[in-house]
Amino acid sequence: MPEDIEQMADLSPAEQERLTQTGLEVEMKNRSGSFFQVDQEIRQVASREKGIEVLSIRDALQKYDWLEEFSWKLVPKDKDKYTKYVADQPDPRGFVIIARKGSRTVYPLQTCLFLAKTSVQHVHNIIIAEEGAELHLISGCASASYTKTGSHIGVSEFYVGKGARITSTMIHNWGEEISVFPRSATKIEENGVFLSNYVCMQPVRKIQMSPFADLAGKNSVARFSSIVVCTPGSFMDLGSVARLSSEGATAELLTRAITTGGTIISRGMIEGTTGHTRGHIECKGLILRDGTIHAIPEIKGDVVDTELSHEAAVGKIARDEIEYLMSRGLDEDVATSTIIRGFLDVKIAGLPQSLQNQIDAAIDSAEKSGF
Amino acid sequence: MLEIKDIQVKIGEREVLRDINLHIKEGETHVLMGPNGSGKTTLLRTIMGFAGLEVTSGQILFKGKDVTHMPIHERAKLGMGMLFQRPPTIAGLKLGKLLAVTSGERAGMVSEYTRYLHMDNFMDRAINLGFSGGEIKRSEVLQLMVQQPDFVMLDEPESGVDLENITLIGNAIARLLEKDVHIVNRKKSGLVITHTGYILDYLDADFGHVMCDGVFRCHGNPREILRVIKTSGYKECLACQKI
Repeated sequence: MPEDIEQMADLSPAEQERLTQTGLEVEMKNRSGSFFQVDQEIRQVASREKGIEVLSIRDALQKYDWLEEFSWKLVPKDKDKYTKYVADQPDPRGFVIIARKGSRTVYPLQTCLFLAKTSVQHVHNIIIAEEGAELHLISGCASASYTKTGSHIGVSEFYVGKGARITSTMIHNWGEEISVFPRSATKIEENGVFLSNYVCMQPVRKIQMSPFADLAGKNSVARFSSIVVCTPGSFMDLGSVARLSSEGATAELLTRAITTGGTIISRGMIEGTTGHTRGHIECKGLILRDGTIHAIPEIKGDVVDTELSHEAAVGKIARDEIEYLMSRGLDEDVATSTIIRGFLDVKIAGLPQSLQNQIDAAIDSAEKSGF
Repeated sequence: MLEIKDIQVKIGEREVLRDINLHIKEGETHVLMGPNGSGKTTLLRTIMGFAGLEVTSGQILFKGKDVTHMPIHERAKLGMGMLFQRPPTIAGLKLGKLLAVTSGERAGMVSEYTRYLHMDNFMDRAINLGFSGGEIKRSEVLQLMVQQPDFVMLDEPESGVDLENITLIGNAIARLLEKDVHIVNRKKSGLVITHTGYILDYLDADFGHVMCDGVFRCHGNPREILRVIKTSGYKECLACQKI
């Protein structure tokens, strides 16, 4: 690892390729801004879009006193040992993104957290979309090809203002002995929309996360989508939690999970605490080779007029589907991978096409390597 | 094109087809009739090579090759194709994607076939997900047109199809079987299962066969057989001692 890396372009081609697989553009052609952190060193902070500010959290807290009102307000410092660890850091790392009232990103803004040499990378991020703002984020998290062990702990707090929209697409590309503990929470105001997409197609030692969304404003919307492939030796405990606490709020939690030998726990929880709310959980799992998928969808209604539902299915690829494609001339392996590709092919309503393309590319890459 | 020599077929321990002999020459279309559960679909699936059907004796020859134990996709590559009566729904797999994968050197023809079968709006839809009866059959015929098999098996192509669609599907199948080509030059062959016989209005079928309880009970002129079945039902076939 050269010591003089300032930007992603200074990384070796192999490391650049690992980042590209997470949807990041090293050349920044179609990006409106960038935040790049290697281990605990912040290497790049840039915004090209008027009304969108990208800062390191240290600079942001110094610059804006009011930011204290947004720091550690959605994720409690003492939530668990990981949040405590991040909260106890005297010199916090991570980023703050502020999309000012009515601002709009044409191109997504990319954030990159790269684990190279340090044993623990920690970040605390605050993302604010003020009233009517539209912000699209793509977060690529990866470890260097030579990094064998390490942990990443990331705390993220999202604030979606009135009529604002945040899409957050996170693609992970860790190593076989890396453990990852994201802790995130979101508050969505009236008519706000929050789309959170998570993709992990590559081996990882352990991921454990359960982002929370409080749909606090009338007609607010939250949609969490997770698309994961769990390889032998990987353990993924993934979930998302939505609280429908205002009239007209709707939440959807969608998971497509494949195990090729690892263990996936797919949790989902929607609580309807207010009337005229709707929530749905959908978890579909494919066990390709012996591994475990444990789906735990939970719905809890506290009032009369909340409509909550869930569906979960775990199994193998149906033989008649494979044979159907074979009768069209595909051999068994191609038929199987074609069906798997279709299974993972989730189109996320409201997501910019460029970000959908990044998700598709991450899945295509996994398809090429045979899942 | 296809020669079946005295095959017996089992599903588990149960014998489902026995003493089946059938010879379909290049350019010929044969019709297979019989009551529900008589083994017609099982015969098509056996010819295509589906799992769960064990050929315990006999031989299936296709274009002179023994395909009795050949994998499904190799039979398809040799030139077999099948229209399914109830094809599976494959969530997430778009019809357009499948056609792109299967079309090969006929990729340039996909859009013409798609327009011909009024399937333009289905390319981005998951295969058979929420399709009506007619749409399923149009999708099946479209896939076969892209595949261009030399030997086409059609399992009740008219079932669940309205009158408007049956004309479209019937004409498309006629095209698939080169019914517009003079019989001397016709290369494509077919084996069609029908209950109603409507599809015969579009296909000049050459031979008819009646299957009951896993055996052939009659061979002959397809229109004549259909007329007898329509007037007397299959009991006439069961009572017939001619075969």
